[in-house]
Amino acid sequence: MSGRRFAAMSRFNVVSLALGFAFLYLPIVILVIYSFNASQLVTVWGGWSLRWYTAFFNDEAMLAAAATSLRVAAVSATLAAVLGTLAALALVRGERFKGRTLFSGMLYAPLVMPEVITGLSLLLLFVALGAERGFWTVTIAHTTLTMCFVAVIVQSRLGSIDRSLEEAAMDLGCGPVKAFVAVTLPLIAPAIAAGWMLAFTLSLDDLVIASFTTGPGSATLPIRIYSEVRLGVKPEINAICALIIGAVTLAIVTASLAAKLSSRRGGNAAPM
Amino acid sequence: MSARNIFTRPARLAAIAPYGWMVLFFLVPFGFVLKLSLSQVANAQPPYLPVFDLGAGWQALVAAVSALSLDNFRLLLSDNLYLSSGLRSLTVAATATALLLAIGYPIAYAMSRLPRRWQPLAMIMVIVPFWTSFLIRVYAWINILQHDGLLNQVLLTLHIVSEPVVWLSTDTAMYVGMVYSYLPFMILPLYATLSKLDPALLEAAADLGSSPLQSFWRVTLPLSLPGIGAGALLCFIPLVGEFVIPDLLAGSDSLMIGQTLWLEFFTNRDWPVAAATAVMLLAILLLPLVIYDRFQRRQMVRS
Amino acid sequence: MEALSETTPQASAGAALPLLRIDAVGKRFGGFTAVDDLSLDIKAGEFFALLGPSGCGKTTLLRMLAGFETPESGRILLNGEDVASMPPHRRPVNMMFQSYALFPHLNVRDNIAFGLRRAGVSRVEINARVAELVALVRLEGLEKRRPEQLSGGQRQRVALARAVARRPRLLLLDEPLAALDKKLRDSTQRELLALQRKLGLTFIVVTHDQEEAMTLADRIGVMNAGRLVQVATPRQLYEEPRSRWVAEFVGDINIVEGRIEARDAGRLRVTTQGAGVLTALAPRGLGDVADVCVAIRPEKIRLSQRAPADNAGASTINRLEGTIADVNYLGSASSYTIALDGGATLRASLANAARVNADAYAVGQRVTAWFAPDDCVVLDR
Repeated sequence: MSGRRFAAMSRFNVVSLALGFAFLYLPIVILVIYSFNASQLVTVWGGWSLRWYTAFFNDEAMLAAAATSLRVAAVSATLAAVLGTLAALALVRGERFKGRTLFSGMLYAPLVMPEVITGLSLLLLFVALGAERGFWTVTIAHTTLTMCFVAVIVQSRLGSIDRSLEEAAMDLGCGPVKAFVAVTLPLIAPAIAAGWMLAFTLSLDDLVIASFTTGPGSATLPIRIYSEVRLGVKPEINAICALIIGAVTLAIVTASLAAKLSSRRGGNAAPM
Repeated sequence: MSARNIFTRPARLAAIAPYGWMVLFFLVPFGFVLKLSLSQVANAQPPYLPVFDLGAGWQALVAAVSALSLDNFRLLLSDNLYLSSGLRSLTVAATATALLLAIGYPIAYAMSRLPRRWQPLAMIMVIVPFWTSFLIRVYAWINILQHDGLLNQVLLTLHIVSEPVVWLSTDTAMYVGMVYSYLPFMILPLYATLSKLDPALLEAAADLGSSPLQSFWRVTLPLSLPGIGAGALLCFIPLVGEFVIPDLLAGSDSLMIGQTLWLEFFTNRDWPVAAATAVMLLAILLLPLVIYDRFQRRQMVRS
Repeated sequence: MEALSETTPQASAGAALPLLRIDAVGKRFGGFTAVDDLSLDIKAGEFFALLGPSGCGKTTLLRMLAGFETPESGRILLNGEDVASMPPHRRPVNMMFQSYALFPHLNVRDNIAFGLRRAGVSRVEINARVAELVALVRLEGLEKRRPEQLSGGQRQRVALARAVARRPRLLLLDEPLAALDKKLRDSTQRELLALQRKLGLTFIVVTHDQEEAMTLADRIGVMNAGRLVQVATPRQLYEEPRSRWVAEFVGDINIVEGRIEARDAGRLRVTTQGAGVLTALAPRGLGDVADVCVAIRPEKIRLSQRAPADNAGASTINRLEGTIADVNYLGSASSYTIALDGGATLRASLANAARVNADAYAVGQRVTAWFAPDDCVVLDR
């Protein structure tokens, strides 16, 4: 039984938590509300309206940018998930190998490296290689950035899995690779999925790297939003933002429900 | 070191693809940045000289190498604009990190004190804003802080001020945006460390005569230092090179390094100077990056 | 209401006040009653054990004494002063935690000195006391080590030194020997006893291991489902259990159910199911119950290969015939399971007093099991 006296929430804690979450959510909530504002001005509330949503769906340039963003995000997230999982595997199970320090250093650096640096350096690479800048250059750039996020998530999950499960599989006749695929992979699948979603979001969201590495005709949504926002607040942007927020919330809710469902069915047998 | 374990070899093989990718798309490009920083701007495609053309023969290569110079760095170090932007970046990042720590620690602490079954929900609630687009979140603040935005409306209605306050294009707005965007990066490592704290330790401290405040100071805080370190590094390093937030929220009288880099590249079309700025930024971040790397390795060994 | 404790202090004036008086203390968690109207007196300088199965409330009671839980009803009087609502850091009570709870960021020295520093003791004094304690628990040379660099036994000694550093009136120990292996447990038991006598402190130990309780304690309080079932010395607890539950909880025992046939001259004749008619001492305070059980400890049962003599009926010794069903060799003793002719099963324990045991019994052998009326106890069924 936990020490009740010490687990009790002091008033200070409750206030911190309340204020903290209010701070995090209020701006977003306000944004969503204003996306339904019939009036163009922020000072006036013109009633509920969907006009900005219709404006967005009629805006060809915006829609094209949104489509590009989604395609880039999907492809780069998938690539990042594969590469990131392989990297996590190497780091957790590979013991010591030559170049491991460099490897882990390279893997963790993009987590903190300022995006202007990675963006510029990738662009220079593409220029030197003579590659045409467009869909693929942005995708490659995003994969490079998000791979490390996937690696971090998968690595922590992989490290906490009971090794004796794989050993049991091998005892029963699987080779090491088969044991990994049959036993460990299903157990880390939720982590890989979470990593994919994170990579997807980061790619969808990225402005700086995309600005450096994109080419004509491949503008992503953040690039378009940014150029509009520089000129001042536009209500149409509110609608786009609200749509993205809605989509992300839906995705997270579905994902957590799916996770809860699968664990209830007993799919996840590994000790946490 | 031979493979101690039957899994070691296949695991090492798995490293090949990501390793190769990162070398090609992360490491090698830095070489290009360095080379470009030593070049000159030119009215050509690509807009710099010299260009290393491996097909042009050895002589051309030698000539190209001798055309490299440190002129760009001389410019950066002599011109006040660049020096002050470097200094400003460091001070802003440090201030923002301190603010993030001051605001994030109580939240992370409160989260770790929640009953166990509420903690995953609290974590999701911290992460969800993070997943809704960085740009959106900055933009949300523009919405609120603009001249006739919500904040001013509230202040005016409550008669706290008599006329709208200028919030945008100030350092205040920039700090608000920075804290808002980076808060999850500070909260999550702090929460991870705080939630692993054994409650029996606090009971033992109390049993030995330590008041709640003393227990926090002498037991909780020292044991949460790894989390503080991780959070601080995760925020400080990218903040130094931050572009979007100062560009949209801060005034234009003084710039951070990320902004000068962007300016040089996109507005002045001076790629070499932009590259030199990138090198300067990397140099500034070298020490924090090394600390961060050490930190990561120690954490991996611990787990 | 029968007095639970055989050693309740006299209620007359002039009797010494107990160091600790737990007075009708109760605690519930939601719908679950952890401690139910519990009263207990603990004398200064005694080594007391709270013994009971998991979930009986002994840990909750201990935590209330330390101050980590607040009782909903009742008082906790320490030297006459009610400390029930006093926060832990102000009580002159210290605790040794089951997990030791050593501060990982401090070395051995600083762990031990922690409480002294909070008490504002001068640095010179702290150094002296810590040195004294380190010598007391025999950890010299390890002062600069961190907990992670110590063995389990060493950590335990640090925890102990830390807990006695402030010379508390009362020291609480939460399952102190649970994490140790057998050999270490035995030596630590002796050390704890020696330490308690040397320092003259009052110890309260919480444990589920009755062997531990019997070795360490002057008196044992047995708890079940939040209540104190019996408070007695180890001998009284073992030889004079007050209820069937206590008899079965403390040590191994044979229980045979039956009805009282006759009483005379302080003896009872009990007709049992499966063991014939037994003669036993009439216990004090049994009342008018007729349905009872007879309880005999395995070591009190003797075995004989000879059939009882014909004039056996004159003696009051209980003789039962049966066949050996199982033999378990345990080193210092052997345990024999006897299937009685009457149908019941008895377990007898005989010391292996000779190295080459010419009298050892084998499975299938016919034996007579016998014990005196004094050696068994009659309890309410």
